[in-house]
Amino acid sequence: MSADAKELPKISFRQVRKEFAVRADGGSARHFVALDDITLDVAAGGFLTLVGPSGCGKSTLLDLLGGLTIPTGGTILLDGRPISGPGRDRGIVFQQYALYPWRTAVQNIEFGLEIAGVGARERREKALHYLDLVGLSAFADRFPQELSGGMKQRVAIARSLAYEPQVLLMDEPFAALDAQTREQLQTELLRIWRRTGTTILFITHGIDEAIVLGQRVAVMTARPGRIRQVFDIPAALHSETGDVRSLPLFGEVRYDIWSLLREEVARTQAARPARPPQSSPELAHVQS
Amino acid sequence: MSNLELTSRLDLAASTAPMPVPTVKRAMVPWRKLGRLSARSALLLALLALWELAPRLGLTDPAFLPPLSEVLQAGWDLAVAGQLYEHFEASLLRAFGGFAIAVVLFVPLGIAIGWYAGLANALSQIIEVLRNTAPLALLPVFILLLGIGEVSKVTMVVYSCAWPLLLNTIAAVKQVDPLLVKSARTMGATPLQLFAKVILPASLPTIFVGIRLASAAAMLVLIASEMVGAKAGLGYLIIYGQYSFLIPQMYFGVLAITTIGLLSNYGLESVERRFTRWRAPAAAL
Repeated sequence: MSADAKELPKISFRQVRKEFAVRADGGSARHFVALDDITLDVAAGGFLTLVGPSGCGKSTLLDLLGGLTIPTGGTILLDGRPISGPGRDRGIVFQQYALYPWRTAVQNIEFGLEIAGVGARERREKALHYLDLVGLSAFADRFPQELSGGMKQRVAIARSLAYEPQVLLMDEPFAALDAQTREQLQTELLRIWRRTGTTILFITHGIDEAIVLGQRVAVMTARPGRIRQVFDIPAALHSETGDVRSLPLFGEVRYDIWSLLREEVARTQAARPARPPQSSPELAHVQS
Repeated sequence: MSNLELTSRLDLAASTAPMPVPTVKRAMVPWRKLGRLSARSALLLALLALWELAPRLGLTDPAFLPPLSEVLQAGWDLAVAGQLYEHFEASLLRAFGGFAIAVVLFVPLGIAIGWYAGLANALSQIIEVLRNTAPLALLPVFILLLGIGEVSKVTMVVYSCAWPLLLNTIAAVKQVDPLLVKSARTMGATPLQLFAKVILPASLPTIFVGIRLASAAAMLVLIASEMVGAKAGLGYLIIYGQYSFLIPQMYFGVLAITTIGLLSNYGLESVERRFTRWRAPAAAL
């Protein structure tokens, strides 16, 4: 990467490999390589987006970083220390919000703080602060089912920010939202990122989204999932005012990434096995 | 309600309403509510009226189906004599005692089975065999082993409550959204926190289904076992009424059981509503 080599990256993937055992028809276990030779750094306070064809292992990568699964090979370092399990130094935002339906918006945001053992008053204060940050102060006492999709995702983001993680991992968080809400939330996410200085790793399948949000865009290949190329996005595309999508530069960057991705999609489709082993129930974790 | 009262109330309502509403229209509302209520209860009221009138008009034999008023009179006599209290107490203690024991034992067991796949594997066959053995078929066995006292009756209740509780609790835990569990784990929840803050609240609505089914099962089995061997209780009151040809008493026993069933269901429903307020539709706001 182009940044100062002496500065310790916040997140560092070093030749990370992840295999799953797949039950083959004959009953004998076969190994399926989900991720191979992933080497990638994210600078402290950086915003990296990850795009790739479906089934390229983006979510597997995020599970590894979240500490929910262990890599088969290589290491993942957070502040130079290997990740050993889940922790509140990393917050995860899921596509399906994962809000607790029996808790109101503010109670949902308090969840992580409750787990951490923060006292009731401080908890409420912080939760209200982050609820305000995502612009939902008026909806503190609403239950998730009384909120729109965009509002739910705002609550989920506030919940992940509330325990002040150093890294925010986002797994296609805006994919289920309509185009207008998505754009609005993208703008808000950038504002929150600038204000909090949180390091963000953002997974998406939308090229536009990847460019609008990321300082850098990592393009992945599928089967096995590898990092194909990392694009540095020109700062001109991250102006806080104006419509960056209409700039000619945006079109150029978009075209470069799009061509690379199309090549990848064509390649994986040509090499598609008779039964793609990508549905999760068939996968049993290999932990070594 | 006097006309004066009515108008003053309407004034109050009109002054607090955000928009002035024609007073005549508002006055309709309580009546309409009453109308809806009577429409819903019409069939029930007609049935009770038929019960009263049919024996009196000679449509049925009053010896086998006495009029409702006679049944209620018999109940009143029992209450004055103090016997009614005794029967109620006996039945309620057995039913609620057994029900409570079953909830305390089988809800936690169901949670454990739902959570630990190994335990589910080890217990699934024995559960399947036992739950398909009708509780009433086991009544003679329980009496043989535990005598005809309280123990055999309460055991019957516990046994029959066990299956709806166990099966619904297992299903409840198994159907907890794995994403909610995953999300809590990423926030560093310990297994105990995961249980208390995610698994339990997420399972509660389905567990309540089991609790309501169990309460119905408790009454059913209790009445049957009181009919076989007991000296008190509503089941005993019914069977004793039949044997001694105290037919109004017998019918009163039936009514008493219906009342208990309705009340306990109502009570459980309101407890359930308290615990699962978040499921209320948004329109209720």
